[in-house]
Amino acid sequence: MADITLRVNGSEKKVSVSPETPLLWVLRDTLELPGTKFGCGAGLCGACTVHVDGNPIRSCSTPVSQVAGKSVTTIEGLGANGLHVLQQAWIAEEVPQCGYCQTGQIMSAAALLAKTPNPTDDQITQAMNGNLCRCGTYERIRKAIHRAAGNGGAR
Amino acid sequence: MSPLSRREFVGAGIAAGAGLVIGFYLPHGNRSRKESFSPNAYLRIAPDNKVTIVVARSEMGQGIRTALPMILAEELEADWKQIEIEQAGASTLFGDQTTGGSASIRTTWDPMRKAGAIAREMLISAAALTWGVPRSACTAESGHIKHAASNRSLSYGELVDKAATLPIPSDVTLKQSKDYKIVGQRLARVDSPAKVKGEAVFGIDFRVPGMKYAVLSRCPVIGGKVSGFDDKESKKISGVSYVGKIGDSAVAVAADSVWSAMEGRRALNVNWDEGPNKDLNSAGVMASLKQAASKKGVNLYSAGEPAKVSGRHISAEYSLPFMAHAPMEPGNCTAHFEGTKCELWAPTQVPQDCRDSVATAIGLDPDQVKVNVTLMGGGFGRRLEHDYAVEAALVSKAVNGPVKVLWTREDDMRSSTYRPASLHQLSATLDGSGLPVGLTHRIIAPSISGQKGQPVPNGVDPDLPDEAGPVYGIPNYLIEYVLAETPVPLGWMRSVYALQAAFALESFIDELASAAGKDPLKYRLQLLAKDQDLTYFTTTWHTTRMRGVLQLAAEKAGWDKPLPAGHYRGVACFGCFASYMAEVVEITMENDQPRVHRVVAAVDCGQVVNPSILEQQIQGGIVYGLSNALRAKITIAKGRVVQGNFDDYAPLRMDETPAVEVNAVPSPEAPTGIGEPSVPPIAPALCNAMYAATKKRIRALPILS
Repeated sequence: MADITLRVNGSEKKVSVSPETPLLWVLRDTLELPGTKFGCGAGLCGACTVHVDGNPIRSCSTPVSQVAGKSVTTIEGLGANGLHVLQQAWIAEEVPQCGYCQTGQIMSAAALLAKTPNPTDDQITQAMNGNLCRCGTYERIRKAIHRAAGNGGAR
Repeated sequence: MSPLSRREFVGAGIAAGAGLVIGFYLPHGNRSRKESFSPNAYLRIAPDNKVTIVVARSEMGQGIRTALPMILAEELEADWKQIEIEQAGASTLFGDQTTGGSASIRTTWDPMRKAGAIAREMLISAAALTWGVPRSACTAESGHIKHAASNRSLSYGELVDKAATLPIPSDVTLKQSKDYKIVGQRLARVDSPAKVKGEAVFGIDFRVPGMKYAVLSRCPVIGGKVSGFDDKESKKISGVSYVGKIGDSAVAVAADSVWSAMEGRRALNVNWDEGPNKDLNSAGVMASLKQAASKKGVNLYSAGEPAKVSGRHISAEYSLPFMAHAPMEPGNCTAHFEGTKCELWAPTQVPQDCRDSVATAIGLDPDQVKVNVTLMGGGFGRRLEHDYAVEAALVSKAVNGPVKVLWTREDDMRSSTYRPASLHQLSATLDGSGLPVGLTHRIIAPSISGQKGQPVPNGVDPDLPDEAGPVYGIPNYLIEYVLAETPVPLGWMRSVYALQAAFALESFIDELASAAGKDPLKYRLQLLAKDQDLTYFTTTWHTTRMRGVLQLAAEKAGWDKPLPAGHYRGVACFGCFASYMAEVVEITMENDQPRVHRVVAAVDCGQVVNPSILEQQIQGGIVYGLSNALRAKITIAKGRVVQGNFDDYAPLRMDETPAVEVNAVPSPEAPTGIGEPSVPPIAPALCNAMYAATKKRIRALPILS
């Protein structure tokens, strides 16, 4: 057990967990932020994607000790001031089916738009290819990212 | 006027503050349960004008929480903005609540409409009585009853008290499709906002205060058992509070957090009695199918005598492997056992089966078990099993407190129930013009229901009547089913046997077209040229409707237009779950592998309830089907499932996903299934395109094995 301090969605959080605990379970079980999902536990599906200091990472395979002192943004903190433009686009394009992977998809897309405000199809594919969706929503995800980019997604 | 059985409507009455309540019966889907007529969903109109529609089917992504209420709201003449949705848990008040078989809309279309219409008529009567005017002078519109002559209007909420005192009409007139205002509209799904905000509560997200988390170590060998275990190291893990045997073949580790439970399981040492299947492998499974093929099966469909016709004879054999559903949300269930009762929060397609199976497993009566249905992170048939729920209840009983049992991805991949592997023997006799005068399709596959100990009437797996019917009006046509046995656990996976049947038949039809030297589209259209009704069990398939979807897909795909150099097309059509589907695939070949650029789909599923949801289902089904076709394969070695995660069982990602264009044939017919019919045609359409490109025929899936 170790006391670890991290910033989550703008607030400082101190947790007492074993240092190798994946960030995913600290977010879900300890901090009760269940919007970040468990899909594979091996960094293969992207359902657990969050931002650490603005970069998208797979929280299921990131020990919490690695993010000590760093700033973590989860889906719950993405649209802190109302819906993020990507969340709006996701609704407008009716992307979600089961919806389980979509929070991870949106976090990956948000990291893309932050660096590449007007991504090409190839750039979208490259950024999103690590995120699996078994409902097959990929084409609507692509459309939603383009829509958000057109609406000032980079912000 | 549509006749209305009294038994369908159990009553309308007023409960204090509850407003008008109408219970109605929805008939079960194709996985039937034997329960007497009973209410299955509720419409509740409150005095504050809130209309609550209870959805008694499970939302797993198919949009049912939006589409079912749309049907009722249409007849009710409700204002869609006033509708609230409530999810029903398992209940004795409902009929069969199973969500599967692409059945939710097609089996509830009539009762949902009637329930809305009855309420509407009673509200009209209430307003007419209030105003002292004839009913015929009143109209229902946007949640109000209006009297145009006097320009008066009352909201539904204002009328519920009076309406609840009125007799239930025995006959109601249902609206005509031309007058629909809600059905057929691209209404936004009710569940999207919560899902994009991360606020949607899936099974894995549900929490009971003080609950433990548990993972189970299950025997890696199919049919094996626990012979003993050593939990010394396991119990040293901080947070681990319980290690114990659950059933015959698993040991559970419960802890304060998921991670502690996983660490506890890693440290656990279990000795397994590997049992009778420890030498089973995939080659043995295929050999057993080939052996079963020598038996005579049962005829699923029989016209004429294909064995007696003469002409040019062609035959081919196709095979498919086991496949895993792999929904994104791994298996889980939360249970709280409290001595004489147990409550569950289950992401399940079968709440009632969960209730009954849990009751048996923990020694309670079904009415002592309460099952709440959560959102599901995909189902695809995997959650037609009750295994997660039974495990959760057993562990909760063992630790005497609330528990969430969670499966990891590896657990899900290796301890699942799988789409049955199958073998298909096709033979045809062509006449002088190259058309088949005789065709035989022998389906050799284990029975899912049979393995589970459910009835297999006359040796016919009960799913086959919805999934393996005739497509063409060939004069001598035999579809035969040979029931094979396997110890590999079987489950219903999206489109079930239709995927196998369509792959074999539609690949073979392409072989026949090629042998006849004809264009594969025109060949199919020629086979469908005559208007015929083909009766298969309780469904009648119409060649006119199959022709319609083929023509529509071909026209939209520009079948007659030349393709860029290196591009090739394939086509396939199939009918299942009472819907007709055709798909045209356009590919290039890169390093001997297909790259799918475009899929044009056409569907005839009767009246479309929500075009946006329809497109989602067809786009999603095609992506799911492409994953199946390209790489989905569960291999058995030494009695164990080899694949474990999304690296060795790799579904489609964005880079492989084609543009999918969806076209629906406008139809006033009652709606038919849409969750599954788009899956089966994609594999043969793709393989047929590959044949066009390479002149090599794919006769075994997956393509990239």
